[in-house]
Amino acid sequence: MKNSKLAILLKGLIKENPVLVLILGTCPTLAISTSVTAAFGMGMAATAVLICSNMAISALRKVIPEQVRIPCYIVLIAGFVTLVSMVLEAYAYSLFQSLGVYLSLIVVNCIILGRAEMFASKNSVGDSALDAIGMGLGFTLALCAMACIREVFGAGTFCGLPVPWFHDNPISILTMAPGGFVTFGVMIALVNKISKGKAIKKKDFGCAGCPSAAACGKTSCGAKEETKA
Amino acid sequence: MKSVIYIILTAAITNNYVLVKFLGICPFLGVSKKLDQATGMSLAVIFVQLMATAATWPIYHFLLDGGIDFTYMQTVVFILVIAALVQLVEIILKKYIPALHASLGVYLPLITTNCAVLGVTVNNISDGLSFGESMLTSLGCGLGFFLAMVLFCGVRSRVAEAKPAKSFEGLPITLISAAIVSLSFFGFAGIIGNLFG
Repeated sequence: MKNSKLAILLKGLIKENPVLVLILGTCPTLAISTSVTAAFGMGMAATAVLICSNMAISALRKVIPEQVRIPCYIVLIAGFVTLVSMVLEAYAYSLFQSLGVYLSLIVVNCIILGRAEMFASKNSVGDSALDAIGMGLGFTLALCAMACIREVFGAGTFCGLPVPWFHDNPISILTMAPGGFVTFGVMIALVNKISKGKAIKKKDFGCAGCPSAAACGKTSCGAKEETKA
Repeated sequence: MKSVIYIILTAAITNNYVLVKFLGICPFLGVSKKLDQATGMSLAVIFVQLMATAATWPIYHFLLDGGIDFTYMQTVVFILVIAALVQLVEIILKKYIPALHASLGVYLPLITTNCAVLGVTVNNISDGLSFGESMLTSLGCGLGFFLAMVLFCGVRSRVAEAKPAKSFEGLPITLISAAIVSLSFFGFAGIIGNLFG
């Protein structure tokens, strides 16, 4: 029994890493990974929201009606995002400023809605909390790994401190938007290589790949609506 | 007139939401395989972005920021307004303009969770833009999204025929080609800055 709990916690870190394997939450991953400090802050903020929302949704899973569950989830998530951003504004103002609009965009982060739909709506509060911690840490880990590459090679600094040699020879394109795409692409290719293509079974990155679409697909996606009406 | 063009071009190209600001990456990677889908999604985004801005700007300035300070409710209110708006638009289109619903309808529900829409409404408020400027920025962002989608769709159809290394197949090569398209947008930045700046 204890083993399965540990498995829930650990699967988010490596085996089902939300960013590199499930390909969720690409927007913040690409945008925030230019500095390690901001990436860590973003990861922690998203983890906090994820834990709260997963537990709340799991606790309310029998109360929320099936048909309106997505709006309910979004309102719950938005509430927690507001809380977290208020806490950050009060106690970590510089981080609050560097995250900017992406902080409120945690609401539409696919990881959070995706986990709510895929895990919290079907499992107990304890398991959902463990899943949230694992997924949140996995997100933070991937984000920090990408930020390390982009900050050290792109800006020649680490957490704002200069790194010898790299500081004099920065590849500044890595800190710009194209560098984000390249780093992310190479990291996913690396995951493919290491897992020999098992991790991502050449997943079709279409509607099915986007978890928010998976969430919306069952409730009100145009195609389904036709059959209902 | 000059400033109108400047706002639209800046929002569409220099500050392109997808390729420069990384908002709305999911639909950008997901629905850019076929040209008709890419156009459908982009048109729906332009439409919803304009509607969302037209709705959230007055709500913020007259309701949340008027009299009692409710601005901390911004995120909750905006996402609800956008979700409700998308549903409403879908119902209206279905009832009165079925032809348009047939082409845009599938994409509408996806837009609720599109970060570009929430992003543009939140940014318009935090940048302190007037109502007119906000609408122009939203239009520009929508057009920029359209441009990025259509361009990238063309690139992808060529990439699909290429044969990259095994571990780069699928998403990684798509991301790398997105990087090159994104790079081309940086070239425009100087032109617009010099023309209108």
